[in-house]
Amino acid sequence: MELLGVHGVTTRFPGVVANDNVSLTIHRGTVHCLLGENGAGKSTLAETMYGVHRPDEGYLTLNGERLDLRSPKDSIAKGIGMVHQHFELVKPLATVENVALGTTGPGRLDLGKVRARLEELCEAYRIDLDLDTPVGGLPVGLQQWVEILKTMYLGVDLLILDEPTAALTPVGVERLFESIRRMRDDGLAVILISHKMHEVTGISDRVTVLRKGKVIDTVQTDSVQAADLVRMMVGRSVELSKATNHPPAGETKLSVTDLVAGEPSERGSLCGVSFDVGAGEIYGIAGVSGNGQDALFDTIVGVREPDGGTITIDDTDTAGMDPRTVSKLGVGSVPADRINQALLMDFNIDENIGLGRHGDRPFSIRGVLQRMAFRRRAEQAIEDYEIACPSASHITRTLSGGNLQKIVMARELEGQPDLIIVHQPTRGLDISAAENVRQRLIAERDRGAAIVLMSEDLDEVLSLSTRVGVMFDGKIVGEMHHDELDLDRIGAYMAGVLDTTDTHEVVV
Amino acid sequence: MADEITAIFALSVLVGAVRIGVPLLLAAIGEMVVERSGILNLGIEGTLTFSAFGAFVAVEQTGSLVFGVVAGVLSGMLVSLVMAVLTVTFKVEQVVAGLALNLLGIGFAFYLLRAIFSESGTDVLSVETWDVVEIPLLSSIPWIGDIFFSQHWLAYVAFASLPLVWFGLNRTGFGLELRSVGDNPKAADLRGVSIAKVQYLALLFGGFMSGLAGSFLSIFSTGQFFPAIAGGRGWIALAIVIFGNWRPGRILIGSLFFGFLEAYQLTLQAQGSDLPLNLLLAMPYVLTIVALVVNRSRSNSPLHLGAPYLRGVR
Ligand SMILES: Nc1ncnc2c1ncn2[C@@H]1O[C@H](COP(=O)(O)OP(=O)(O)OP(=O)(O)O)[C@@H](O)[C@H]1O
Ligand SMILES: [Mg+2]
Repeated sequence: MELLGVHGVTTRFPGVVANDNVSLTIHRGTVHCLLGENGAGKSTLAETMYGVHRPDEGYLTLNGERLDLRSPKDSIAKGIGMVHQHFELVKPLATVENVALGTTGPGRLDLGKVRARLEELCEAYRIDLDLDTPVGGLPVGLQQWVEILKTMYLGVDLLILDEPTAALTPVGVERLFESIRRMRDDGLAVILISHKMHEVTGISDRVTVLRKGKVIDTVQTDSVQAADLVRMMVGRSVELSKATNHPPAGETKLSVTDLVAGEPSERGSLCGVSFDVGAGEIYGIAGVSGNGQDALFDTIVGVREPDGGTITIDDTDTAGMDPRTVSKLGVGSVPADRINQALLMDFNIDENIGLGRHGDRPFSIRGVLQRMAFRRRAEQAIEDYEIACPSASHITRTLSGGNLQKIVMARELEGQPDLIIVHQPTRGLDISAAENVRQRLIAERDRGAAIVLMSEDLDEVLSLSTRVGVMFDGKIVGEMHHDELDLDRIGAYMAGVLDTTDTHEVVV
Repeated sequence: MADEITAIFALSVLVGAVRIGVPLLLAAIGEMVVERSGILNLGIEGTLTFSAFGAFVAVEQTGSLVFGVVAGVLSGMLVSLVMAVLTVTFKVEQVVAGLALNLLGIGFAFYLLRAIFSESGTDVLSVETWDVVEIPLLSSIPWIGDIFFSQHWLAYVAFASLPLVWFGLNRTGFGLELRSVGDNPKAADLRGVSIAKVQYLALLFGGFMSGLAGSFLSIFSTGQFFPAIAGGRGWIALAIVIFGNWRPGRILIGSLFFGFLEAYQLTLQAQGSDLPLNLLLAMPYVLTIVALVVNRSRSNSPLHLGAPYLRGVR
């Protein structure tokens, strides 16, 4: 039964047609995936259904009747709920308040009811969430849950989820999917956007593939193979890259010993991390997020001062050095949160690419910025990395996730750094953009760079790394060479039931 | 004898501190609410002037002090309505709009003053003022009675408004919406909250409070109107909001303390002291900067203060 119809919708932004004559129907009792590369227009389409954008052409229907959404308020009233790709949370407010927002009358605030319902939901999803801490202080994974709970709390007919799994653990994803299936069986419609093919093929009934704003096709999921979907999406087939050869590691580039940051009781602190990486080696760090990965990244690149232990890059002890000095030692770094930690969203693309070296020739001569040098460098990067953007002097903010990541990579790899540390390098990237990043990392390794790859995507870590270390509770609890990889052991390390650094080993 | 003089001197300074602090408090509470909705209104000085004028004219023309307050409040709300139309509806740069309203509020009041009282020469004009209201029993407590319970009724309104505003901000659905709009308007918009409605209401409340403050200047304390009547109080009120870290309790402390500094300065001046009095006048700003530095890690400043919200724009 048809719930929502999209009829010839075209939505334009300055310089781009984000949705180009898009038509599709969403049926009750189905999970409908939107698939497409970064910038294909998935979020724009979803946001149009939620009343954020008004289509320039075309219209929507709900239950066969014309639907004119002037604002999200209208869509909420019609029973449409949406989990947004980028968290839309009021950071200083607690979870209860974020959930209550927009659902209460203007008068006396009764959070008790909200809290009771939320506790039920948390229990159903088995999430351990303190409802009263400001959400800004929660780890990304939990913020993602708050975002999901906000929508689940409303009770909707049509649920739109824009990349809800990007920051969830595999277990979390499974719980979310359980409830999506339950909702589908109850006759609701769910629209899901994800770049992960196994999620798409695993849960959806129908898939609509978008490319450059246009609908390529809408298909029944069980009638196609994942490879077909990929081909429809990017217009060619994509091989999953795997580092096939692992050249022997050269001299040690980075050595971390007994690194401590924060209190052991604190979530995400470091409690004595040790590992080293040699030239021409990819050292992968696997683990569920919130086990100290952020702190490890921050201390190595110099954003955070460690409370103990040493970080040695080449022969220099860099613990406590500022990020600029560290990067001058030949370190390239790509943080997990590219929007807040790697880019100035209101600067132009060329400025972001030149950032960090803006004081050196040729970007600056006697203190005066050389616009043309920025421009030329950016144009080169746009070509090398296939960054999709109107021009080198376009504002960074409007680019899609994959293209933002390419800008960061282009900048950080520019000086041929000896040590590269990347954190969640492919989060939110489409298949071909992710492959592009992975190929780069392999190429950099072959050039002789030492690479630290921190990622929650286990497949990615396993397929690229020369050695894999698993992080749990602020420590690297186990380490394996690529030819002795054992998934069961890794799983046990990740779950914290096995620790080879401990003297008395827990037996599973 | 000397002790007695010191005591009288101290008492008069403290009574003056509260009296001077009241309009500061009213305007600062209003501005705090406005800022927590994400709008930076730099036009308080102009709003105070215009509402002081409105109140003055109403009393002069009708002889009714009640009408005076009503007119003062309406004048204040009129100015803030203009601010709302400019910044919320037309997304004009808030700093520019606020500064323009200062010029406009003061200029327009001056113009109307000339137009209405062209023949009589206005500085000499004066109207009757509200009397001080002594609260029975409480006002006879030594010191405290004189300082806090022998003030204008508007002072009591100002003090009473503090817990009300606190409650409104922290314990009502509207307050939640308002705080959310100031911190992340997009999040609020996506939850179906009307950003424009919240910001209009916040600005109207700000205008209401500035209107009361302006009325206080003309028809409570002086009984006169002159173009420089606000005398920088609008700016001090802005400083108090920052000093108070956008919290009602600390805004009360800031208002009374800055009131105290001015009262002290006035008394010293009257005594012909040769202390550098201008330094005292600069103290509120110095202290605000100190407070900013001290609070930097715990700042309660609205996260989206001063920037317009445009839906669907990345
Ligand atoms: N508010 C906006 N202003 C300007 N351009 C925009 C805006 N929103 C999207 N775009 C542009 O429209 C195109 C489609 O973007 P959209 O976010 O819908 O892509 P997407 O398929 O969701 O990509 P991703 O997988 O990276 O999330 C992109 O080129 C993007 O730069
Ligand atoms: Mg998107």
